Amino acid sequence: MSDPNPQSGSPDKEPASEAQAAQTALGNTERAEPSTPGRSAPDSEPKPNLGRMFLDNLWAANTFTVTLLSLVLAIVVGAVLMIISDPEVLSTYSYITSRPSDALNSSWTLVSEAYANLFKGSVFDPEAFSGWLNGDNGWQAVLAPISETLTYTAPLVFTGLAVALAFRGGLFNIGAQGQATVGVILAALAGFLLPLPPGLHLLVAVLAGALGGAIWGFIPGILKARAGAHEVINTIMLNYVATYFLTWLIVQNGVQDPTRPDAISQAVDTSAQLPRLLGDNLRVHAGILIAVLATWGVAWLLNRSTLGFELRAVGANPDAARTAGISVTRTYTLIMVFSGILAGLGGSNMVLGSTASALTPLVVAQIGFDGILVALLGRVKPWGVLLAALLFGALQAGGNRMQSYSGISLELVTVLQALIVIFIAAPALVKAIFQLRAARAARLQTSLAKGW
Amino acid sequence: MEPGEIHALLGENGAGKSTLMNVLYGLYQPDEGEILVDGKPLKLKGPSDAIAAGIGMVHQHFMLVPVFTVTENIMLGAEQVRGGIAGFLDRRRARREVAEVSERYNLRVDPDAVIEDLPVGIQQRVEIVKALTRDVDLLILDEPTAVLTPQETEELLTVMRSLRAAGKSIVFITHKLGEVKAIADRITVIRRGKTVGTASPEASRDELAALMVGRNVRLTVDKGTATPGEPMLEVAGLVVDDDRQVRAVDGVDLTVRAGEVLGVAGVQGNGQTELIEAIMGLRPVLAGTVSLGGDRIDGWTTKKVLRAGVGYVPEDRSVDGLVKEFSVAENLVLDIYDRPPFGAGLALKPDAIATSAKERIEQFDVRTSSADAAVGTLSGGNQQKVIVARELSRPLKLFIAAQPTRGVDVGSIEFIHSRIIRERDIGTAVMVVSSELDEVIGLADRIAVMYRGRIIGIVGPDTPREEIGLLMAGISPDAVSERADAAPTGGAATDGGPASDAGSASEDEA
Repeated sequence: MSDPNPQSGSPDKEPASEAQAAQTALGNTERAEPSTPGRSAPDSEPKPNLGRMFLDNLWAANTFTVTLLSLVLAIVVGAVLMIISDPEVLSTYSYITSRPSDALNSSWTLVSEAYANLFKGSVFDPEAFSGWLNGDNGWQAVLAPISETLTYTAPLVFTGLAVALAFRGGLFNIGAQGQATVGVILAALAGFLLPLPPGLHLLVAVLAGALGGAIWGFIPGILKARAGAHEVINTIMLNYVATYFLTWLIVQNGVQDPTRPDAISQAVDTSAQLPRLLGDNLRVHAGILIAVLATWGVAWLLNRSTLGFELRAVGANPDAARTAGISVTRTYTLIMVFSGILAGLGGSNMVLGSTASALTPLVVAQIGFDGILVALLGRVKPWGVLLAALLFGALQAGGNRMQSYSGISLELVTVLQALIVIFIAAPALVKAIFQLRAARAARLQTSLAKGW
Repeated sequence: MEPGEIHALLGENGAGKSTLMNVLYGLYQPDEGEILVDGKPLKLKGPSDAIAAGIGMVHQHFMLVPVFTVTENIMLGAEQVRGGIAGFLDRRRARREVAEVSERYNLRVDPDAVIEDLPVGIQQRVEIVKALTRDVDLLILDEPTAVLTPQETEELLTVMRSLRAAGKSIVFITHKLGEVKAIADRITVIRRGKTVGTASPEASRDELAALMVGRNVRLTVDKGTATPGEPMLEVAGLVVDDDRQVRAVDGVDLTVRAGEVLGVAGVQGNGQTELIEAIMGLRPVLAGTVSLGGDRIDGWTTKKVLRAGVGYVPEDRSVDGLVKEFSVAENLVLDIYDRPPFGAGLALKPDAIATSAKERIEQFDVRTSSADAAVGTLSGGNQQKVIVARELSRPLKLFIAAQPTRGVDVGSIEFIHSRIIRERDIGTAVMVVSSELDEVIGLADRIAVMYRGRIIGIVGPDTPREEIGLLMAGISPDAVSERADAAPTGGAATDGGPASDAGSASEDEA
């Protein structure tokens, strides 16, 4: 994280028009800089000047800096929570005035080990690497953290994209959870009920998941378009319907696993499972490839297609869109259908991938709700969503190791995720804490406030 | 500023008038320079400081809570309380105060009326009363007439005169030359953030306009005689409801011929908006027919109407005309994004959009930093040019422009008018709806006057203003001719007469 180069690259990749606007904004601040007295460096060659501008912009309250600093703040608050929740470390604080080193040392050990485990569990484990060099373990162990991260990432990309797409169209889709649930149901049913040849079976199962999400998105979409019913209310309600439908369905004859007394369905046929990418020992599967493809597809849809133009126009100003001949009702319905398709694909990842192979009441976990956070963290832009999902995937993968090695409960990861998003949603707070120069902070706020 | 003076601040859109006044009102902090009140420098940290220093402001967009009553809005921010710590609102005292102030300055408002039920002119009056109850000596009116009908404008000018008589100073921000000449004691002209001159109200309109835009502008529309052809738009027996399901258009018959400009005059809210929205397919037609070049188009979708060769400049550009977050280039294709060369199948052609945007920015003299700038960052006049450019860049049979120059600076008005006439001259049927009578008279070859959802009369452009003014107030042509006989027509000097008549007439209906 100390190397600025990969960081500087990421905002440039975002293709959305908002990113262009942000870049012109950056350009403006750059051009404004030399006019401030005392800042010009006439003696030095032109190159460092550019670096100076880069640093200036890095410390301005732009999207990227605020995101990064939110992450830092969340990690700091997370550290405090770890210390407070560990009675042993906390007890050293009772005599902190007499022996401060005890308190500081034990706190540092606890926090640094926990975050180190978070990192080792999600990105790279040096021990596994040296083990591989010495021949103690195979290369799979080196890639295991990445594999775990990508496994958790894939479904979040889909639900994040689902929420982001709806957001850009002016709709707040809280129902990615329900759409993913219906998606997982249809994908699983297609996966164990249809006797199809390999390849085709997988395709049908994935499409069934998309169809399920589409249906569950279409309902609030058409209600919004035709009856003006608010999509927030309807999607929340449909989440309950989907969840309890799943709970009921699992124990029905023909669905429940006949050999098991508890609520679990039959397993999806292997012919309908997404192939694993790095052998059977690593969990990463083709879902992540589809996720990247979907990200590209959504980016194209939003920025390069007529439908995306309609969607963004309706999202930004439905009155002007209507006056320009765009059918707002049709667009609202389509937005929710597309959003549902994406969420449904996310759901099918949960049962066709390596996370589970059968329906259980909690098979979709929280991917729909996490998708909302991912979309906000990714600033409702497709490639931003992909990066945000990667971060959340890493936190979850690393959280598992943090729990088993450092004894920090997995819930802390959820708290970290929540804190990151809270800080991002309050750019003024981050700005105040780090004394950032003002640069388009208002824009950040509006991009998140829209849809309400 | 002297006490008891009306000081007009004149300048084009984006010249910096509103910014200057926001600094005066403490909303923005000055980067340099200082403000002197009674010879003492003043540091304003916010509007409350300004109010304490005796400065009040009426914003262009009213700062009122729509669901509150007049009294509640006026007491907002300076609530009267009784009952000590319990802090009950003393509505009765506030109400009495409102009544007192409106009595003293002859500003009639009903203290118990709910804001959203009031017409714009009265809402503005509430804003003025609100400022006056705070005991201000200097009142800033930021483009107060932009949203008013001619009658309401006339009433506002009367109010301003009585405030001046009561010793209040007024800063009157506007870009309408007629009003400035009618009321101001002193005129300061601002251009691009700098004072470019002061003038007395005796200066001619042309002189003032030249000061404002920095060059000579034509104020009258220069046009040849029209050569009307076949009827292009025919409206027969049209009946339309407004949003509240109240009859807004009640049996309108209209014909617009190719190559002529039909002006639709009328006090705002007499069905003009609903009429054109019904033609555009934005509002259901309850009865009657609309045909374009012989084809029935009522019941068509807006897209189909636009595709059939109708250009439409909606009256509220920021709500209906533009997507402010979109770039200029995107707004220039807002209604043709899916047709070649801008879209092919599902795909957009960004290069074609950018190329055509460049051309049209050039052609229509849109002042923007780049085609990728968000359209919301442009000044009002340039935003309007974007809409006009968009609508006039494809072959049209019919061009409908509603309030084409509302809130637009003089230079842009001239440009937009010449474009409308050019469109007429190439044989397009043109319909111009405007609440600016001068604009209708200047552009139109025939003028249809709307009153309460009906066309009350169709007259030629050389009809005296007074007569059209009376028609707008709902006084039928027979009555008009009688009145015209009785009253000596004395040109501009009698302008106020019929206008205030019309004002009282429109109040009677309320």
